[in-house]
Amino acid sequence: MSARQQTASKEAATPPPTPQIAARDLVKTYCLGGGVIGALQDISVEVARGEYLAVTGASGSGKSTFMNLVGALDTPTSGSLQIEGQELGGLSSDALAHYRNERIGFVFQSFNLLARTSAVDNVALPLLYARRGHRYAREKARECLARVGLDHREQHQPSELSGGQQQRVAIARALANDPHIILADEPTGALDSRTTEEIIGLFEELNKGGITVIIVTHELDIAKRTARRILFRDGKVVEDVRH
Amino acid sequence: MSLFDSFKVALGALRLNALRSFLAMLGVIIGVASVIVTVSVANGAGQAIEARIKALGTNLLVVSPGSFTSGGRRAGEGTAIPLSERDLAEIRSKVTGVAAVAGMVSGSAPVIAGNANWTTSIDGVNAEYLEVRDWGLTEGRNFTEAELRSAAKVVILGATVARELFGNAPPIGQQIRVMNVPFTVIGLLSVKGQSGYGTDQDDTALVPVTTARRRLFGSDKTVPDNLRSIMIEVASAEAMNDAQGEIETLLRDRRHVRGDAPADFQVRNMAEFIRTRSETQSILSVLLGATAAISLIVGGIGIMNIMLVSVTERTKEIGLRMAVGARRSDILSQFLIEAVTLCLTGGLIGLAIGGGAAVAMSFWGAWPIALEPSLVAIALLSAGLVGIFFGYYPARRASLMNPIDALRYE
Repeated sequence: MSARQQTASKEAATPPPTPQIAARDLVKTYCLGGGVIGALQDISVEVARGEYLAVTGASGSGKSTFMNLVGALDTPTSGSLQIEGQELGGLSSDALAHYRNERIGFVFQSFNLLARTSAVDNVALPLLYARRGHRYAREKARECLARVGLDHREQHQPSELSGGQQQRVAIARALANDPHIILADEPTGALDSRTTEEIIGLFEELNKGGITVIIVTHELDIAKRTARRILFRDGKVVEDVRH
Repeated sequence: MSLFDSFKVALGALRLNALRSFLAMLGVIIGVASVIVTVSVANGAGQAIEARIKALGTNLLVVSPGSFTSGGRRAGEGTAIPLSERDLAEIRSKVTGVAAVAGMVSGSAPVIAGNANWTTSIDGVNAEYLEVRDWGLTEGRNFTEAELRSAAKVVILGATVARELFGNAPPIGQQIRVMNVPFTVIGLLSVKGQSGYGTDQDDTALVPVTTARRRLFGSDKTVPDNLRSIMIEVASAEAMNDAQGEIETLLRDRRHVRGDAPADFQVRNMAEFIRTRSETQSILSVLLGATAAISLIVGGIGIMNIMLVSVTERTKEIGLRMAVGARRSDILSQFLIEAVTLCLTGGLIGLAIGGGAAVAMSFWGAWPIALEPSLVAIALLSAGLVGIFFGYYPARRASLMNPIDALRYE
């Protein structure tokens, strides 16, 4: 049974569940050098809880912009973006920070770990901003490191870890606050193929645990392994396929 | 993020660029050290000056006759009718808050002892003079009532006169001659040092006022019980102005000064003199403090500069912190704490250097210093405030960054 058919049969039995991410007519424009550049034009996408999807497209197609909006790192110019029933549009900067802290786990291409800070302290960072207390933060951080297979590298600093290990620390950090959604922006862009395989495996595992995983990638191999692929071109969604 | 965590992050960031942090702190170090040194030296000097001024006698009012006026011509200070013993008695009985009153006749004369001679000021005084002037005796005794009544030929010598006449020999009981009148030395005044006007207060000899009038400076026949001046010790500093007013009213009445005509006498308030001196002193302190404050501000600008560099350098880190949930206030407090930590560390180092320098100056340079705990607290507090003031702008700039722009910053 395909994903589409699955959704259809569910719809028949119960009223349609609210999508976890619901973007309607999302527009994002940038003012650059006097001109206005449309990064996203009338994007309407829905993502259900627990989905595993790839957002693809060429450079400048708007895929990263879309991800930044979903992650509340940026605000849309117009349109509506609801996450778990809540409109992000009118939220204050503190509320957005809280949202990023509690619901979203970010994984970046360049890992973005704090230099000269141990792996466990890097992972504990979101917990400290959540004011969870020191002891809890460290314990939870150790747990997350164990989950990505790095329990023996707790005290290592990023410079003492390989690229794959650094990305795993970043994933552990994304997991620290038990997020509902993981947003990974080109997470394997800086990794070799063997490590890429490991990292993608890790995402698949997390998705099986119920977390929505959205990977921005331009690598077809990775996109093929996800359950759904959204293709962006010139700020528009041109393809939305479920495998 | 808790304050402790922010503090830890701040310390880590400062350690990371230890040399840069130290150079940034240098301004604050120099600022605080100069605050400590200048203010403690100024305070020390002020206290020394105040102690000297207090040696004049505290809460002192001095009444002296003013100018004699005839047909619009004014003859100048001290030419008006002299004061008298009756004025003194009236002041003593009618003015409130008077602790002691001393009348004085003075002149200058050569004093001879054996083959030594010395010209000095001779003051004819009553027994209360020593109390009024807050002046003690190192040897001997004060005048008795009997001596005052009988115009006895006794003298109390100032330290300078005693030294000039007798060297190191004990002067008590010795005979001296003043204007060919033989006197017996009955007392030796303690050393009072220089007056606020710069004259040597110890260069004097005291005789009973009656003796001075009858045997030494008896030329003034107009007022037989004349007094050159009257010194009044007032019981408290608060009562000074009232007492001064009462004395003025009393004397205007006694000397028949009509209506709003200018008085032919004057009442000088020594407390005012002290106040003037301490005002001069506080102006000096303010100037020194301002200089020190300027160096602190310059230090603060250094801190601000380095914080701006730090914020720009760590833009990506700020973006990352925001992405994982840091609120604007978290970022603001992180950088503010960093700036304050810089300033307080600088303040502590400056305190150690400044305090050490001040103590060294008093120890080897024999400078009077006053290093007060309040000064230490103020110096540290101002270092902290400099941190907050000059750290706020960079911290606010960091906190207002757009997360995505910060993350993308290269």
